[in-house]
Amino acid sequence: MNLHEFQSKQLFRDYGVAVPEGRVATTPEAAEAACAALAGERWAVKAQVHTGGRGKAGGVVLAQDPAAVAAAARRLLGTRLVTHQNGPDGLAVAQVLIEQTTEIARELYLSLLVDRATERVLFIASVAGGMDIETVAAQTPERIIQVRVHPAAGLQPYQIRRLAFGLGLEGAQIKALGQVMAGLYRLFTDCDASLVEINPLVVTASGELLALDAKVNLDDNALYRHPALAALRDPSQVDARETEAKTHALNYISLDGNIGCMVNGAGLAMATMDLIKLHGGAPANFLDVGGGTTAERVAIAFKLILSDPKIDAVLVNIFGGIVRCDLIAEGIMQAVREVRTTVPIVVRLAGTNAEQGLQILADSGLAVETAEDLTEAADKVVAAAGRAAAGEIR
Amino acid sequence: MSILIDADTRVICQGFTGKQGTFHSEQAIAYGTKLVGGVTPGKGGGRHLDRPVFDTVHQAVADTGADATMIYVPAAHAADAILEAADAGVGVIVCITEGIPVLDMLRVKAAIADLDVVLIGPNCPGIITPDACKIGIMPGAIHRPGRIGIVSRSGTLTYEAVFQTTRAGLGQSTCIGIGGDPIQGLDFVACLALFEADPATDAVIMVGEIGGSAEEEAAEFIHDRMTKPVVAYIAGVTAPVGKRMGHAGAIVTGGKGTAEGKYAALEHAGVATVRSPAEMGARIAELLRV
Repeated sequence: MNLHEFQSKQLFRDYGVAVPEGRVATTPEAAEAACAALAGERWAVKAQVHTGGRGKAGGVVLAQDPAAVAAAARRLLGTRLVTHQNGPDGLAVAQVLIEQTTEIARELYLSLLVDRATERVLFIASVAGGMDIETVAAQTPERIIQVRVHPAAGLQPYQIRRLAFGLGLEGAQIKALGQVMAGLYRLFTDCDASLVEINPLVVTASGELLALDAKVNLDDNALYRHPALAALRDPSQVDARETEAKTHALNYISLDGNIGCMVNGAGLAMATMDLIKLHGGAPANFLDVGGGTTAERVAIAFKLILSDPKIDAVLVNIFGGIVRCDLIAEGIMQAVREVRTTVPIVVRLAGTNAEQGLQILADSGLAVETAEDLTEAADKVVAAAGRAAAGEIR
Repeated sequence: MSILIDADTRVICQGFTGKQGTFHSEQAIAYGTKLVGGVTPGKGGGRHLDRPVFDTVHQAVADTGADATMIYVPAAHAADAILEAADAGVGVIVCITEGIPVLDMLRVKAAIADLDVVLIGPNCPGIITPDACKIGIMPGAIHRPGRIGIVSRSGTLTYEAVFQTTRAGLGQSTCIGIGGDPIQGLDFVACLALFEADPATDAVIMVGEIGGSAEEEAAEFIHDRMTKPVVAYIAGVTAPVGKRMGHAGAIVTGGKGTAEGKYAALEHAGVATVRSPAEMGARIAELLRV
């Protein structure tokens, strides 16, 4: 789960990491009023959306007076911000963060994440702050410094020194970096974060360290033990169908194509998408109906897939393990009757009682094509989608 | 012959009397697994599925001589269950549970690093040696004893590989689902090393997916150390960047962990790859005929 910048910054404050003074506003009037509350002469108006690249996309505006702050807020609020990191539909801007601006001497980069290869929490720092860190890592890897924290030992002073000297900090700044790193490490482990990122972490003109931006992603698996953090979820930042799927414990991700997929198992679901592509089609979604597939879940999944207007055909690919394919077939029949769809459907069943399942579908009188293996299923659904799309054009 | 488990493996179940534990214990017993008992704290001294129930893993091991365990406890208690099994010296620990917090697994892995135990999973289908021992949630009926080793990060894709090798008349020596989480027990390299050393395995199918760098490490290992043929399939060529594709570990971040990158590494190492998941069985049959 991702947090908004203002939520992340509140966490930073709680853990002793300095951030600029700021106020969240949902109206231009509130944005203007925030200037008086914050004082200063120049303010940043920042769209609160779950994506990076906001600056380049016009989502961060510098304003010289309160009227300009209100104007910037008016322009951003209620729109959808499209950046190079999100889809063409953009993300809804319902809140802006108004902050005091800062005189910047240097821009640094600092982040923490779980390094899968070494199974440690990893600090990444760079003198190239304010830039896309992946680009820095690819083009100038010597400008990246990393330290890994052992879970039993915790963050050690030598690791702080290594980053501080590597970043060219001096005097009181070294101690300040220690406070930032210790705070972030505690935040990371206390809150079960999967990513904490500051880009840029600035050295101000007066020599202080300040987190100008803040990004915190949390481990979904651990939210059960952090109810206060779980309550920060903003459903407006996620695809509506993905949110709906989550309430039914289905794994659904919306994609750009026109062939809906319903599959059991995450790996097989990805493989099914790949197979459609390999056979010249384009998947409209990733959908894992999970292991304990029942008729009801199949029906819910069907409705979800068909609520996407792009759909020209649906491929159902179930490997019946513990679940019997004849029961799945009955679920599909029930769902197709309930949803009353005219979209062509191709079903591939394998595993336990697959033959009975395919027979049930063949005898059902429904316009469902069946397939015995993956290749046949992919060919059939791509052809069916092609016919349906051509029919629409005529 | 096989790797890690065989017909003599004595298995216990943690979370024995729960719904999942009960169902899959019944399946394991029906398959012929030597399930010698189970653990549910507070229910020790009783019997379940005609087998003894213990309060602690230590008691279960002392009484039954168990050398493997399958864990079906809820995610919030799974780290504790793994550590208890490791502390009791259970040699093969199979954790089926999904949804364990990543930092829990990070601490578990650090804690068991120096112990003489093998962890499989979490968030995995388990391990099976056909007609000998089944520890996990895989459908037993699709397996046949044979000479292909299968290792996979995905559950249903493992079944797909099993199904195809069974149809091709090859069968399997042992199949391991290593799980879809970012931090897991046994990895591809460890499994490949076991298959390479197993006289009953002639060739290996490896099923990877997007995220992390385990497939790239496997490619290097296959190139440097393996003499047996390996066929690899990687799921997720079409997965969008930054989205978690069901498995917590299946996510492409900042251009790293892409399926194309993994294919390139494997092909560079001389591994036979297939772009279609439907061709795993046919390709390995072809390699063995040559």
